[in-house]
Amino acid sequence: MAEAHPVGFQWVMEAKRRGAKVFHVDPRFTRTSAVADTYLPIRAGTDIALLGGVVRYILDNELDFREYVLAYTNAATIVSEQFADTEDGDGLFSGYDPNTDSYVQTSWQYAGHEQDSGSGHTAKERDGAAGLIHESHGAQVHGQAERDETLQHPRCVYQILRRHFARYTPEMVERVCGIPREKFLELARAWAENSGRDRTGALVYSVGWTQHSVGVQYIRTGAIIQLLLGNMGRPGGGILALRGHASIQGSTDIPTLFNLLPGYLPMPHHADHPTFDDWVDSIRHPGQKGFWGDARAYAASLLKAYWGDAATPENDFCYDHLPRMTGDHGTYQQVLNMIDGKIKGYFLLGQNPAVGSAHGRAQRLGMANLDWLVVRDLFMIESATFWKNGPEVATGEIVPTECRTEVFFLPAASHVEKEGTFTQTQRLLQWREKAVEPPGDARSELWFFYHLGRRLRERLAGSPHRRDRALLDLAWDYPTHGPHDEPSAEAVLREINGYDVSTGRPLSSFTEAKDDGSTAVGCWIYSGVYADGVNQAARRRSRHEQDWVAAEWGWAWPANRRILYNRASADPQGRPWSERKKYVWWDPQAGEWTGHDVPDFERTKPPTYRPPQGASGPAALAGDDPFIMQADGKGWLYAPSGVLDGPLPTHYEPAESPMRNPLYGQQANPTRKVYAHPVNSVNPSPPQEHSQVFPYVFTVSRLTEHHTAGAMSRTVRPLAELQPEMFVEVSPELAAETGLTHLGWAHLISGRAVIEAKVLVTDRLTPLRVDGRIIHQLWLPYHFGYEGLVTGDSANDLFGITLDPNVLIQESKVGTCDVRPGRRPTGPVLRDLVEDYRRRAGIVPGERPPTVTTPVLRPAGRSDDGPREKGADHA
Amino acid sequence: MGLRTFVAGWPVYRQLTGTDPFGRGPAAQSDRSAGLTARTETADRVARSVCPYCAVGCGQRVYVTDGQVTQIEGDPGSPISRGRLCPKGSASRSLVTSPLRQTTVRYRRPYSTEWEDLDLDTALDMITDRILAAREQTWEDVDSDGRPLHRTLGISSLGGATLDNEENYLIKKLFTAMGALQIENQARI
Repeated sequence: MAEAHPVGFQWVMEAKRRGAKVFHVDPRFTRTSAVADTYLPIRAGTDIALLGGVVRYILDNELDFREYVLAYTNAATIVSEQFADTEDGDGLFSGYDPNTDSYVQTSWQYAGHEQDSGSGHTAKERDGAAGLIHESHGAQVHGQAERDETLQHPRCVYQILRRHFARYTPEMVERVCGIPREKFLELARAWAENSGRDRTGALVYSVGWTQHSVGVQYIRTGAIIQLLLGNMGRPGGGILALRGHASIQGSTDIPTLFNLLPGYLPMPHHADHPTFDDWVDSIRHPGQKGFWGDARAYAASLLKAYWGDAATPENDFCYDHLPRMTGDHGTYQQVLNMIDGKIKGYFLLGQNPAVGSAHGRAQRLGMANLDWLVVRDLFMIESATFWKNGPEVATGEIVPTECRTEVFFLPAASHVEKEGTFTQTQRLLQWREKAVEPPGDARSELWFFYHLGRRLRERLAGSPHRRDRALLDLAWDYPTHGPHDEPSAEAVLREINGYDVSTGRPLSSFTEAKDDGSTAVGCWIYSGVYADGVNQAARRRSRHEQDWVAAEWGWAWPANRRILYNRASADPQGRPWSERKKYVWWDPQAGEWTGHDVPDFERTKPPTYRPPQGASGPAALAGDDPFIMQADGKGWLYAPSGVLDGPLPTHYEPAESPMRNPLYGQQANPTRKVYAHPVNSVNPSPPQEHSQVFPYVFTVSRLTEHHTAGAMSRTVRPLAELQPEMFVEVSPELAAETGLTHLGWAHLISGRAVIEAKVLVTDRLTPLRVDGRIIHQLWLPYHFGYEGLVTGDSANDLFGITLDPNVLIQESKVGTCDVRPGRRPTGPVLRDLVEDYRRRAGIVPGERPPTVTTPVLRPAGRSDDGPREKGADHA
Repeated sequence: MGLRTFVAGWPVYRQLTGTDPFGRGPAAQSDRSAGLTARTETADRVARSVCPYCAVGCGQRVYVTDGQVTQIEGDPGSPISRGRLCPKGSASRSLVTSPLRQTTVRYRRPYSTEWEDLDLDTALDMITDRILAAREQTWEDVDSDGRPLHRTLGISSLGGATLDNEENYLIKKLFTAMGALQIENQARI
């Protein structure tokens, strides 16, 4: 955190000054480790084993915050008797379908809900990255679930949890992660001791956690700990994701993502959502508890914002204008499709996949096989010059005079040359004022897309084609100003906020959204950012003039709420858990929730409220159900559906590992997304042969002085000067073993690429004793490329493409490689070196390694969706 | 110059008699530095902004003189950053004023070995043509069972995490209306 989010880290230091104990878990000793109380080096890719150990420690010693756990989580809920755990399945849960490498989730459901809840067959959900939708929706649960408040029932979630994590002992943590058991126990003890009625503990992760084939389950394990310890919805608690880009939260909320529409509404699927009603009901689950019950209003208002006057209740608000998903349309599938010649044109908007995405060579080969490419950036990035200066030009794989891609480079406006909002990592929107005009041809994306849309609509005017209706019906009338006709960002923000169609009055909250076409709302969760016609994101009351919650600086979604689910900061009766951790509570005199923050609960619903029989939507939430977006109002220790790779986290080895999984016969995530494409490959791991060809583990991360793919830092003089060169960090022991010398050169080889780097021999990396052997790890920064003031080979070239099944994010924080002293070869012989390694490792182009490495004991029966042909999605 | 002025101008004297016994502040200040004025004080205007690098969201004040950014500093009022900026945030004036910034449209013809210049207006027209052609070539109206698809898989986009919410909103809205489904950003990476 000190490295990649230095200014945020001041609050960790502030907490430390006040007595907090800081633990830092990282494969590499960093600036964060230097000031932490305890540093725990870990083998990359083993975090579930570490956190699972903490879960076991809490349960074994009964250190959970029992009153919170009973009232606010699903610990007491009884699970179906059909459920079988990984303990019984050698690493596989019940319901595994080896034909599709995915689960049928029927047996995971709550008892009595086997048929009416859950997702059924999940292969389709994986392709649609449906996990990202469930992240906010929760998943379906009908009616009331059976509970045992004594937590003694053998099939209650609490007991299932105990059995599932029983083997994650301190000894096992040491064996898997390489963390000595004393250090592990110090962490577990401190975490438990600093949680409860009077204290809260925070879990902070950076999004390297998401770049694993089990990334979502890493975070799930953290969530289990935080729920058991009562750290959710309370001040000083929570799970805090440190995201890496100025508005990456905003670009998820208002998604430039294939599977989502604004406010986490799913992009419709051709087979599941043929009609508007099918689509809306799949979101709101009629009869279900919680705020998604009002999804029809959010959906209708979005379509009204998109298609204006053309969108009416009679035509389902132009629902048929929306494009439909048929499978995986994610960025990696797209790149493989580019290589296969299926994609004509590609826009890059402030993004540099030639350096920043996994398998850089695949990225560049894909871009070299387009009809046209539009790059909008501040600087001439690698993704614009691959046809001229890329590594494949040097190897002869891309010949400029044979490369057909037409490239448009359009200069972009910087953050000071346009106005608008960023959403930072804690959901806070902050408006930026424009300082100066952009230079020359540089323009904002707002300008580019508004005028592009205007031209497209002018060109299509009068078109008879059905396909052009959605463009012609589009509400695309934004006021413009200035010499370049810049569209008004405030007008767009007002549409995002939503307004009453007849009066134009901006809505003050999403609770005012209607499903009859009388409101238009561009992103329902942002509703309120323009309440009273005031740009709330532009508020800048100084921290010196308000309390510590600072509610008048910017605006946080939803409803300017700073801590989500803050109903949980009070006990079931609505009283603060303690004076020290007082945050939001029930005021019986006034008959409303009050406190330091906007209560995340219906303001006047008393703690004693119990829903009447047959209630649904928000009205079905009891006065002590704090997790108001969940289908049962509870925090989920156990996830009966929504997470595709298991209701509970399980340690699997990374897709590339030098080790056999010490916990189960199942080696790696059995549901991981794998692409069997000739350009892609996975280095062999046990129980496969030849894993010793790539004997070392490597991981990558950021430097303080550089930013992601380097376009905004390798081009900036002070930053380029501070970190001028690509390097690799190795331990003295590994240097001795491989003949590397400090400040000399090394080259690293994987099944995809060979790259070179200067050698930094340092104690920051420690050889780990794991399962009776020594594992060496190397570390590289991933910022370098061949353009800019300072250049170097790209670390991401080493990775292949294997994805988390829930969100289709690639495993690019751990892989295997070999390392050798000296510089890499240049020219065509470079590929010969990679080919030599591939041959020795037994890698066959287009062939995927075995997914299942243990007998499937309790396979899934046929499901409604039917078995899917294996590999059908790779076509 | 009188003796008193001469003695008072001597740093050691100021250090011994003044409020700066360690000689790190006013005692050590030369006449030249005492006469300097910070460019933040003489700026024509200040824009309230936010750092463009990571997602912490540190407040920035952007100082402008004669239409040029002359300084970017941390905003001391911010409850997030309390006026601090990291090395990257501190370098953001160098980012926006970098001589390496591209300020004109560049165009590479198929099979060409060099960049060419291109007028911005022409570039937009050419991109409009190509979008329409790609849609025409790759449009899918319905699936094999006659259910609507209403899309093109011939167009892709990547990016958004460094852009404004308003920009992402228009990007998603326009691409969706175009039938372009394959819109992605760093949140998938």
